[in-house]
Amino acid sequence: MMFVPGNNPGMMADAHIYGPDSIMLDLEDSVTMAEKDAARLLVYNALKSIDYGDTEMVVRINPLNTPYGHKDVEAVVKAGVDVIRMPKTETADEVRELEAEIIKVEEELGCVGRTQIMAAIESALGIVNAYEIATASKRMMGIALGAEDYTANLKTPRTPEGSELLLARETIVVAARAAGIACFDTVYSNLDDMETFRKEVELIKNLGFDGKSIINPRQIQVVNEVFAPKQKDIDKALRIIAAIKEAREKGSGVIAVNGKMVDRPVVLRAERVIALAVASGILNEEELS
Amino acid sequence: MRNTKVVSLEEAIRRSGLKDGMTISFHHHFRGGDKVVNMVVAKLAEMGFKDLKLAASSLSDVHAPLIEHIKNGVITGISTSGLRGELANEISHGLMDEPVVFRSHGGRGSAIANGELHIDVAFLGASSCDELGNASGCPRSENAKSICGSLGYALPDAKYADHVVVLTDDLVDYPNVPKSISACEVESVVVVDSVGDSSKISSGAIRDSKNPRDILLAQQAAKVIINSGYFEDGFSIQTGTGGASLAAVKYIRESMIEKGIKASFALGGITAHMVKLHEEGLIGRLIDVQSFDKVAAESIASDQLHQEVSAVEYASADNPGSAVHALDIVILSALEVDVDFNVNVLVGSDGIIRGAVGGHPDTAEDSALSIIVCPLLRGRIPCVVPKVTTLITPGAGVDVVVTEYGIAVNPRRPEIADRLKAAGLKVVDIHDLAAKATSVIGVPDPLPFGDKVVGIVMDRHGKVLDKIYNIVD
Repeated sequence: MMFVPGNNPGMMADAHIYGPDSIMLDLEDSVTMAEKDAARLLVYNALKSIDYGDTEMVVRINPLNTPYGHKDVEAVVKAGVDVIRMPKTETADEVRELEAEIIKVEEELGCVGRTQIMAAIESALGIVNAYEIATASKRMMGIALGAEDYTANLKTPRTPEGSELLLARETIVVAARAAGIACFDTVYSNLDDMETFRKEVELIKNLGFDGKSIINPRQIQVVNEVFAPKQKDIDKALRIIAAIKEAREKGSGVIAVNGKMVDRPVVLRAERVIALAVASGILNEEELS
Repeated sequence: MRNTKVVSLEEAIRRSGLKDGMTISFHHHFRGGDKVVNMVVAKLAEMGFKDLKLAASSLSDVHAPLIEHIKNGVITGISTSGLRGELANEISHGLMDEPVVFRSHGGRGSAIANGELHIDVAFLGASSCDELGNASGCPRSENAKSICGSLGYALPDAKYADHVVVLTDDLVDYPNVPKSISACEVESVVVVDSVGDSSKISSGAIRDSKNPRDILLAQQAAKVIINSGYFEDGFSIQTGTGGASLAAVKYIRESMIEKGIKASFALGGITAHMVKLHEEGLIGRLIDVQSFDKVAAESIASDQLHQEVSAVEYASADNPGSAVHALDIVILSALEVDVDFNVNVLVGSDGIIRGAVGGHPDTAEDSALSIIVCPLLRGRIPCVVPKVTTLITPGAGVDVVVTEYGIAVNPRRPEIADRLKAAGLKVVDIHDLAAKATSVIGVPDPLPFGDKVVGIVMDRHGKVLDKIYNIVD
């Protein structure tokens, strides 16, 4: 998920050419108070007029307790955004308040249920409430960590190895999995240190995150490389899927690959490997069918 | 008593027999740091010359003082590869009565060699020269003040001009070898304070980019090369100076190492990037018509496998011995490409001249694979268009166009399209790219051209290819 400032038309027009899975147009922290209204208008027009193809479009709105939040919701829902990202989420009630706001606009448009919600958790209270937030609405598609505000709230600096974020990251992954939704890691801001960035992406992938937030197209390749499954894992997954298909056709209940019994977690893992391989462009769906 | 060639500039001009109406020539190896053109033309103006024809290998922003000399009738004709800055702006608005003649580097070499462009007096800057006139772009003493490396574009002038004056900022003891220009071709040597500011050689066109779009374009261009069918051991390559084509070298390098492929030579304007690959053993030889930065200039001074070539040896269409005939792959940039794969690298979308023909048409036509790398959109300016503003490189020689929205392959090269598709690259119809640009930007208003011809573009074979009209504000 690539962050793009909502007050920069050039970047908004270009963002999708780098192939991020999703683009988050930002109305919050990257836009100064004086530019909030102009940025909202720009983001509205970008969503309406730029052909972003299959890229999932997210807008980070200002908090609802600011003078901008409600107008942001109205504009981006009218523009047909896929997901609204709510910043600094601390309680499930805040999610429900946003949902009510979205419903109001959707009812006006006659498209109730279209807009999904992602909550960014950026404080200790948010982490404590992570599962309640993740399950606050059926529109919730994911939760994300916002590390800068979170570490400030913890009264600790952010370190390259990220030990101060470990509990938050694990909590978010567990809450998301328990709720059956996606989870996304925070941004890494030093563009000149791709090595530390790569280590961080490897860490969060192993923790179980579905994706990483990025601030520059140059980071996309690293994320894709880390998340792309290795060829031997793909081959294995394909063998497992083929064995299941064959067993089903024969009506056999027990499945074995290379002499080992295949149980449900193995199948689920194989399916995730295949899904990632397709998402990374290593396999295409035609080859699978 | 020995007859010395070392004289003042005024004396050298007097000795040359220069008369009103004659043609003087210059090279552009100091690029944005050149001091020779302005110095010599100021002296010619002071001496009362009029109606001179200036034949430069290229001109840039730094040559704005020529505007006054044109207004005063000192310079009445110009031929060049490029024009930039205020001089280009004034000429685009109709400053001169006689149109500027634009030639490619190979085209200029051919025109000088076959007599179409006759040079009466060549004024050639050199970073070192001995008293007999052996001249080089490399520094040869502790007193050296400048370095420009290859003097490739000056060599046809030195060989064919009736009279040759070398200007140098470092007069060294005989013999100044290895030499680029032979003393036997030089009539006078003039010692000046400075022939050029070497630090400005890499200003202007050359950029080393962190721009994500340039990087994306570079990665795509590298993928095109790697999957084109021409990326095999012993291949040869030339790159332009745009950020994307320079960055492409980085990705090609990674693939060369991974696959154990080495290039036989790199051609053209040589950059630090190419020198690095050469020093790593990935490129056998550097064939250098112009050293694009200080690293390249220092390399040519010290490395036997880094060789200078003249503009004729580099890119002449007439001469079957020119290096472009052996070139496999070239990466080039563009201001505009049209749906017939024609390329414009000279006139901006505002109708004002802001570029250079360079070796673009020479290398595109003669290489086995020419790749144009350009963004579909530069801000609000579309770069893939229905028809180029000015035709510089005919589409017949252009094989692949790489944009951030997809790769277009010339229908004349279906085998390349097939190879790129098989490699999973996004191959699109060039008409779709033009339509995409229009869908984002809309159709620009036609440019307000007048009816005065301000420029004539010659093709590399010596025929008129296109005309540039004055722009009206």
